[in-house]
Amino acid sequence: MVERREVLGETTLVVDPARIVEACVHLRDEEGFNFLSDITPVDYLGWGESEVAGYYGTSLGRGLGPQSAQGFARTPDPKPARFALNYHLLSIPGAQVVRVQVWLEDGQSVQSVVEVWPTADWHEREAFDMMGIVFDGHPNLTRILMEDDWEGHPLRKDYPIGGEPVRFSGDE
Amino acid sequence: MAVTEPRRIYSGSRIPSPVPTLLQVATDVEDPEDILQVNFGPNHPSTHGVLRLVVDLSGERVVGLRAVIGYLHTGFEKNMEQKTWWKAITYPERIDYVSFQNNELVFVLAIEKLLELEVPPKATWMRMLLCELNRIHSHLVFLGTSALELGAISMFWYCFRERDLVLDLSELATGMRMHTRYFQAGGLAEDIPRGFEAECRKFVEWMPKALDDYEAILSRNEIWLERTRGIGLLSADDAIALGQSGPVLRASGVDWDLRRDRPYLAYPALDFNVPVYPNGDVYDRYLVRMDEMRESVRIVEQCLDGMPEGPWTADDRKVVLPPRHELHTSMESLIHHFKIVTEGYRVPEGEVYVTVESARGEMGCFVVSDGGPRPWRVKFRAPSFVALEATATTMTNALVADMIAIVGSLDSVMGEVDR
Repeated sequence: MVERREVLGETTLVVDPARIVEACVHLRDEEGFNFLSDITPVDYLGWGESEVAGYYGTSLGRGLGPQSAQGFARTPDPKPARFALNYHLLSIPGAQVVRVQVWLEDGQSVQSVVEVWPTADWHEREAFDMMGIVFDGHPNLTRILMEDDWEGHPLRKDYPIGGEPVRFSGDE
Repeated sequence: MAVTEPRRIYSGSRIPSPVPTLLQVATDVEDPEDILQVNFGPNHPSTHGVLRLVVDLSGERVVGLRAVIGYLHTGFEKNMEQKTWWKAITYPERIDYVSFQNNELVFVLAIEKLLELEVPPKATWMRMLLCELNRIHSHLVFLGTSALELGAISMFWYCFRERDLVLDLSELATGMRMHTRYFQAGGLAEDIPRGFEAECRKFVEWMPKALDDYEAILSRNEIWLERTRGIGLLSADDAIALGQSGPVLRASGVDWDLRRDRPYLAYPALDFNVPVYPNGDVYDRYLVRMDEMRESVRIVEQCLDGMPEGPWTADDRKVVLPPRHELHTSMESLIHHFKIVTEGYRVPEGEVYVTVESARGEMGCFVVSDGGPRPWRVKFRAPSFVALEATATTMTNALVADMIAIVGSLDSVMGEVDR
């Protein structure tokens, strides 16, 4: 484990990508997090390049006088890598939640957790399809929402909106 | 009669290996000559939208199965990144067009958590009321369509009759029958209209009788019992391993409901039961949903009784639109109105994951904000998406006719699966 954060009542555990399976097995067997809710990839390309003006709160956080006070412009905190993978875990019946986070550079792969939680199968396929994150050891890492021959990964920040090539046009 | 026979759930795990969501033909047992591969969907009335199941059949038995999704992928999450927070609220409802109110709620709760915004109690209680009405709506659609697929067409008409009552209430309160955009960061979009309470009480009185009628039609109906009991088995351990939630999980004997176990809104102030059934078959999923509708009616009644007085939205001019009449007299209000509508409000930097118990299970929303007027990333944890992961496990040893009952009992909405 690299870091532990508590923000807004949510616990985030930042984990070294090479040891994700080890961390997940520990959380499942020792801490009782038997339920994987979700795997969410986030692309931070271009994060913090422009200053966010009229920030709601202060540069040190919130609480600038009364509720809804307008604070200063600031740049969001830099992120350690381009992609974050967030594993949301839940313990039944303990009712605890935790977020496990790993940071990946473009092209860096991570070990699959299908062996730990079978439900990770489709979540990882979706992360691969939408963000292009490769999961080593996944038994069936194919596209799930887009077509098999789709080019690019639509939820990446550098993927354009609109303007996709028209299929079945006169040229074909 | 079959009713008295005890049902037994399998022991051990039935999740296929190595791919948990893919039932592969056991070539050592099955003769490849006997196997017929059939495409079930994507355009088949019993697949609840555009689900495609590629099935390997040996006679009438399902020996291989692969679920193919994505036919309804419209890029909601990408679209929401382009909209201001304020305008993005309309999207989650359209993701799951049957359980729309709960989806709207989860996104609004995520925004409010990032804003650390206090919501007045009246708004909280009205949200609970509408979410429970919406749960009834969703389960009615489940019941009507599932029964229709198994041949009971009259159920469809009865369920849609009551569904219309719910939609009428929704229209009365919010102006829209579906996709209401009635919840927004800070509270509600409008005050609860006069006359809503009276109409809602009529519904609360009527609905238990309608539920009795449904049970009279189905619960002791030999055909319904034969088609649903012992079909589509899913054990408690498998259900948790496959991430199942909501009625599917509770029908497998896991006593888990986010409304009670990880409370949000004002659910701790209410008195309701969480129905749990142990057998993990289609029939128990039906029973769970029937009982949940009864509980939801009770919750609606309690919400009506306990509805607090007071404002319906937070008095926070940076986030909530000012009252319309002030625009003619107050320069400040005009500026705030203009800023919110054009530029949108800003949400502090951060990331949150919020879950609610939607009609289908754990509806999660993960939101990242960079402090700007638009979400950096929105991701929905769709219970329908996860429910379809269980198709391979539940359809082990199924007959082709049972597939329809099983898909119906998982109650997936394809809009939510594909997003």
